[in-house]
Amino acid sequence: MKKLVISIVLVNLLAACASEKPKETAAAPAAAPSAATRAVAADQTATDPLNDATSILAKRSVYYPFDVSAVQDADKPVVQAHAKYLAEHAGRKVRLEGNCDERGSNEYNLALGQRRADGVKKMLAVGGAKAGQLDSVSYGEEKPKASGHDEASWSQNRRTDLNYAK
Amino acid sequence: MMFRVLRGMVGLLLLTQASLANAVLSIEIIGAGEHQIPVAIVPFGGDDKLAQSINEVVTGDLQRSGLFRLVDPVGKFPHEPNEVSYPDWQVRGAEALSIGTVAVQARGRVEARFRLLDVVRQTELVGEAVSANDGQVRAIGHRIADLIYEKLTGDKGVFSTRIAYVNRQGQKFRLIVADSDGYNEQTVLAQNEPIMSPSWSPDGSHLAYVSFETGHAVVFVQSLYTNQRMALADFRGSNSAPAWSPDGKQLAIVLTRDGSSQIYLIRPDGGGLRRITFSGAIDTEPNFSPDGQSLLFTSDRGGSAQIYRMPVEGGAEQRVTFGDGTNYSPRFSPDGKSFVFTHLINGRFFISTQDFQTGQLEILTEGGWEKKPSFAPNGKLILFASEGRGRGILATVSSDGRVKQHMFTQSGDAREPVWGPHL
Repeated sequence: MKKLVISIVLVNLLAACASEKPKETAAAPAAAPSAATRAVAADQTATDPLNDATSILAKRSVYYPFDVSAVQDADKPVVQAHAKYLAEHAGRKVRLEGNCDERGSNEYNLALGQRRADGVKKMLAVGGAKAGQLDSVSYGEEKPKASGHDEASWSQNRRTDLNYAK
Repeated sequence: MMFRVLRGMVGLLLLTQASLANAVLSIEIIGAGEHQIPVAIVPFGGDDKLAQSINEVVTGDLQRSGLFRLVDPVGKFPHEPNEVSYPDWQVRGAEALSIGTVAVQARGRVEARFRLLDVVRQTELVGEAVSANDGQVRAIGHRIADLIYEKLTGDKGVFSTRIAYVNRQGQKFRLIVADSDGYNEQTVLAQNEPIMSPSWSPDGSHLAYVSFETGHAVVFVQSLYTNQRMALADFRGSNSAPAWSPDGKQLAIVLTRDGSSQIYLIRPDGGGLRRITFSGAIDTEPNFSPDGQSLLFTSDRGGSAQIYRMPVEGGAEQRVTFGDGTNYSPRFSPDGKSFVFTHLINGRFFISTQDFQTGQLEILTEGGWEKKPSFAPNGKLILFASEGRGRGILATVSSDGRVKQHMFTQSGDAREPVWGPHL
């Protein structure tokens, strides 16, 4: 089961990288005018680590066990890396989008998804991101990535996405 | 014999009539009531000339309730009392007999003249003239079925009431209001973002619901007469789970603007916002008691999702579900003596009720994918979301668990159903 989950995560990552690359490139100049980041701005456009498919920052989702909202140990380095990136790139904004599997009621899951997103948000803030860079929402079980009634689908749907603003 | 003419009783909602009005569903009925009342329904004189048969609606309603056994008229078709020979119906085992006529009047208005006769006592139980515009013939049938139901069971009928639910088809979401049998669908809102948690105002004039159209969960209130809508709660985070108080003067809603999901009260005009739970856990799905004094809600403050009860004015929360499994979506019964909820155990959802006095949990369904139960206003039926043929469907179960029906809508998944009030 674990292997299956991991392979699904990898597929998601690849899909995320493929689809997000163009907008990240387009968005990069927005960060440049900030005084705080001017020092590194020169080669940042070309080497914004957010665009690096091999960087830990390429991972934009964290996953949860059933009815759990705390970021799991395995995903903490990912969130911490994003916190560091946001601290160093004050012009970037990220939206935390909490999702749940379909077990539980729709309203309970909306609340759980919000708690998941807020948990990531808090960890990003602790890691140095400013409140103004962070926004959190929940989609509950309303926007499932996978639609099956099984753990293979559910494990993909229990997640918080880090969605960077263009 | 005098007929009492009812006016405006088929008062209509000025909504966009969906094109699928009468092409909706197939309905499966499972089980039967403990004591079925044998009743003969003679098709009205003139019924065969209508585009929509009234007889079909009346018999469909009565059958779905599970409380009646329809006696075949075999060859006898009286329409007026003087055409009735009671021994004919005693022989067939009918206890009651419905007869009448229907005619299309000037300006396309349809009027049915209906009588319900007591076959044993050989008396008339009720007689009424029921009329509607020709597009609303089903409403005439529901009204007559309600009269029959009330006279023969002693309980108020709910066939003329309406339900609301969300239809999801791919990325398309529609908020729908329909007759209690699922027909006569009308689209209240259609969009490409999720819609959740429709909630009827006590007078049936408005729906509150949650829409994601602005990118996060926002509570809206919409008039079913004018279609005018307003954002009732649009704070940071999630705004959700609207529930009206029985007097319609306030709603309970759930906000995350101050941290975790907590319950607040708000007036329908958006004023008077006041927080009433302070748990730091998830508190959601508030539902008012019929006397307006207390709320049921779902909370995970004890470590798993369970049902709690509290005074509307705040304080003294009390856990009411215990034992294995988790519980969601509580709603008071109309008499306030029990509540219905979703019970999740070993990966299966069950529609369950629990009596406040005994604390006894009663599972009403076989289990599976069953969510979001709500009582009919007479307390005799429970509407919920289920699954069949791989799709989300509407289902009902009688409050004693004996009779179930599955309503297959034409396409997409039916979600988040809620039974509306008597109009």
